[in-house]
Amino acid sequence: MIPEEVIDLSRFQFAMTALYHFLFVPLTLGMTFMLAIMESVYVMTGRQVYRDMTKFWGKLFGINFAIGVATGLTMEFQFGTNWSFYSYYVGDIFGAPLAIEALMAFFLESTFVGMFFFGWDRLTRVQHLTCTWLMAIGTNLSALWILVANAWMQNPVGAEFNFETMRMEMTSFADLVFNPVAQVKFIHTVAAGYTTGAVFVLSISAWYLLKGRDIGFARRSFAVASGFGLAAILSTILLGDESGYELGDVQEVKLATIEAEWDTHPAPASFTVIGIPNQEEMKTEYAIKIPYAMGIIATRSLDTEVLGIKDLIDNKEQRIANGIGAYSLLQKLKNGEDTPENRLAFEDVVDDLGYGLLLSRYTDDIPNATPEMVRQAAEDAIPTVWPLFFSFRIMVGAGVLMLFLFIAAFIKTAKRTEHTSPVFLKLCVLALPLPFIAAEMGWFVAEFGRQPWSISGILPTYLSASTRTEADLWMSIIGFATFYTVFLIIEMTLMIKYARKGPSSLHTGRYHFEQRKAEHMATQA
Amino acid sequence: MEYEVLKFIWWALIGVLLIGFAVMDGYDLGTANLLPFLSKNDEERRLMINAVAPHWDGNQVWLVTAGGALFAAWPIVYATAFSGFYWAMLLVLFSLIGRPLAFDYRSKVEEQYKKYCDGALFVSGFVPSLVFGVAFGNLFQGFDFDLDTTMRSSFSQGFFSLLNPFALLCGLVSVAMLTMQGAVWQSMRAGEPIQTRAANVARLSAIVTIVLFALAGVWVANLSGFEIVAGLDTNGAANPLVKTVMVSEPGSWLKNYSLYPMTMLAPALAFVGAAGVLALAKSRFHGLTFILSSLTQAGVILTAGFSLFPFILPSSSNPNVSLTLWDATSSHMTLGIMTVVAGIFVPTIIGYTTWCFYRMWGRMTSEELNQNSHSLY
Repeated sequence: MIPEEVIDLSRFQFAMTALYHFLFVPLTLGMTFMLAIMESVYVMTGRQVYRDMTKFWGKLFGINFAIGVATGLTMEFQFGTNWSFYSYYVGDIFGAPLAIEALMAFFLESTFVGMFFFGWDRLTRVQHLTCTWLMAIGTNLSALWILVANAWMQNPVGAEFNFETMRMEMTSFADLVFNPVAQVKFIHTVAAGYTTGAVFVLSISAWYLLKGRDIGFARRSFAVASGFGLAAILSTILLGDESGYELGDVQEVKLATIEAEWDTHPAPASFTVIGIPNQEEMKTEYAIKIPYAMGIIATRSLDTEVLGIKDLIDNKEQRIANGIGAYSLLQKLKNGEDTPENRLAFEDVVDDLGYGLLLSRYTDDIPNATPEMVRQAAEDAIPTVWPLFFSFRIMVGAGVLMLFLFIAAFIKTAKRTEHTSPVFLKLCVLALPLPFIAAEMGWFVAEFGRQPWSISGILPTYLSASTRTEADLWMSIIGFATFYTVFLIIEMTLMIKYARKGPSSLHTGRYHFEQRKAEHMATQA
Repeated sequence: MEYEVLKFIWWALIGVLLIGFAVMDGYDLGTANLLPFLSKNDEERRLMINAVAPHWDGNQVWLVTAGGALFAAWPIVYATAFSGFYWAMLLVLFSLIGRPLAFDYRSKVEEQYKKYCDGALFVSGFVPSLVFGVAFGNLFQGFDFDLDTTMRSSFSQGFFSLLNPFALLCGLVSVAMLTMQGAVWQSMRAGEPIQTRAANVARLSAIVTIVLFALAGVWVANLSGFEIVAGLDTNGAANPLVKTVMVSEPGSWLKNYSLYPMTMLAPALAFVGAAGVLALAKSRFHGLTFILSSLTQAGVILTAGFSLFPFILPSSSNPNVSLTLWDATSSHMTLGIMTVVAGIFVPTIIGYTTWCFYRMWGRMTSEELNQNSHSLY
């Protein structure tokens, strides 16, 4: 058996590096689009301030982009280094969108990001604008393919187990690409990215307005951010990926756990706004509920049931029992009893093979697992409820706050009064961490909620790790922690330094600090 | 298309991606290797860095794509090599993750921190150049891994045994040839005084490449190789557990060259390219010199591929589970789809990359550096 410590440390390392990477990704997604919009305005109107905006926000984007690229490399290595069994077992399907991402999206983004930064004097206006758009499109396509891969982990469609090669193999590329979970995830994630970019520009612009400097520059940036941001936050909330939660084994569990829905209630289910989930006794204490709300959010209907956790566990128990049968037949097929009858019988139960594999955590002899082990595995097939319950609510709470912020910002911009209220501007500055918190929580809900599976219903996380030692994992975790801490300090220092300088960092002579310097020199003279 | 044809195509495509990486990202790695040695002051370092600035990020994607393609087309190779060469891979990763930051932040940090960026850049060039060569050197000797019936891999070899003499020689071949690639690029795209110094180094590294590559060839002729003796169905399901592999007599890594004499073009290309760099590095034919140097990159990589064929990752502890291009691939469907995707996008990528290089062409001189000091690195 694989030591539990190796699994836990591998999971910790993945969560740590992925959450870190995901601090920078949403901002890149949003900023590339906002830069493309700002530059489009410049090319259409020919007004210099929009070129300066593109260049200055581009500078901040560059600081973020570099660390995003660096930490993205880690993700590509990590599946192989730490999750090699996973990589083999599902590489036939999971590898394809990652390779397509590199070929279709990452090349586009990375090639044109160089043109964006260094091509200003070498390209015509329209050529440069085209490069900026290609960079933004590349970034967004990149998110699309990564989310196709991720959605397959949540809802593995278009694949089947091949006992000759002992792995999952693709049966339909179209099913993989048009996985409905991938669509909702893509929309939700890129919209969250746009929101992040918009809050970033909004709150730094608000800070310049508070300080009363570079007013024209800041007001135009604020205006772009408030319009783009309102559209983005509305999409993020309305097209939240809860709508994909009816699909797939793990998704329905996730839905029940984030709502702490212990029992199945008659449709439409009510939504628990807040409470304290108690997993031991399977109830939620101090719950405050809104009738009908969850049925509508989750199923988009009034008559579809949302299964509760207790029923889900019973359901899992049955499937694990079937999985034992599938596992026994697989052993027969591998051990020389490859008869047509056995093949047919195996095909009937192969969908529960993954459930059989859940038992590998409790016994080496799966065909002879005891009913207690099956019950235990079924209970462990539900992730711990409270972390999901609370992280989901933090995400939604942050989202709602941002919605109010953008509504206010949009109205004020339309009335041209965005710079008049210092209290409002301070709130805008304080809102800066919100999208980052929401994004991290969203990642957590999606991936912690997937446990105990690495591929929903197919491959338990327990079996997915590489054959490495605890010492290997500790040392690599220390390595990542050291590098990533140093990187974050440098990144934040530079981000703050350039945000403080503002557009004066472009050295055009048109902005605050340089004009003060010029005035100072004039008075000296 | 037949499964075995697709398997062969993907062996070739992985080769194309590795060559793309060596030619494109190779000159960035080579530039990083040379950074501490060719420059005497900050302005000279900026000349070198800005000569690669607009394209390094795009070039790096050749490596990312090679990794992604490995995952998609040879999942078990990706799984076994990345987890088996754990510390070698992490060493490469830890050196490479410093690179984007060093490039982008160098011009933004306070003066006294620039030297750390320069250090990180050097490490990000030298360590991967060396480790990639060392990895290839170990492929020739077989890697100590086993597979159980569920294809879970296990290893008994530590990191330091990877650093054996033959593998280190291969590592030095890799460092020499990538340094040559970087030097030729700098002599083409950087202004004086870098241009002349780089041309001299290009000639020097061409000589070193020729000598070390020849030495590695002689050594390989005396290494024992691996041979599939039974049980292989090139058109069958990709299961690496059903064939029988023997360790064969010394020199058997060279038998493909007598079987298919055309393959001798690969080592010939490597020598001719480097000899050409030696002859032309100080001439005004910079573009031609760069093409010749690129031919050396292609020649060396093809030589490794042709010699190992059909092996990808031979196992020294249980040769039967060695991974070959016939039994380590994805399914028929996945290979088919990926072939279509690569067929569309590789030419597209080459197309727009060419346009970008064309638009950004020109020498990075001190004048240009000073005129644009706030927008360049």
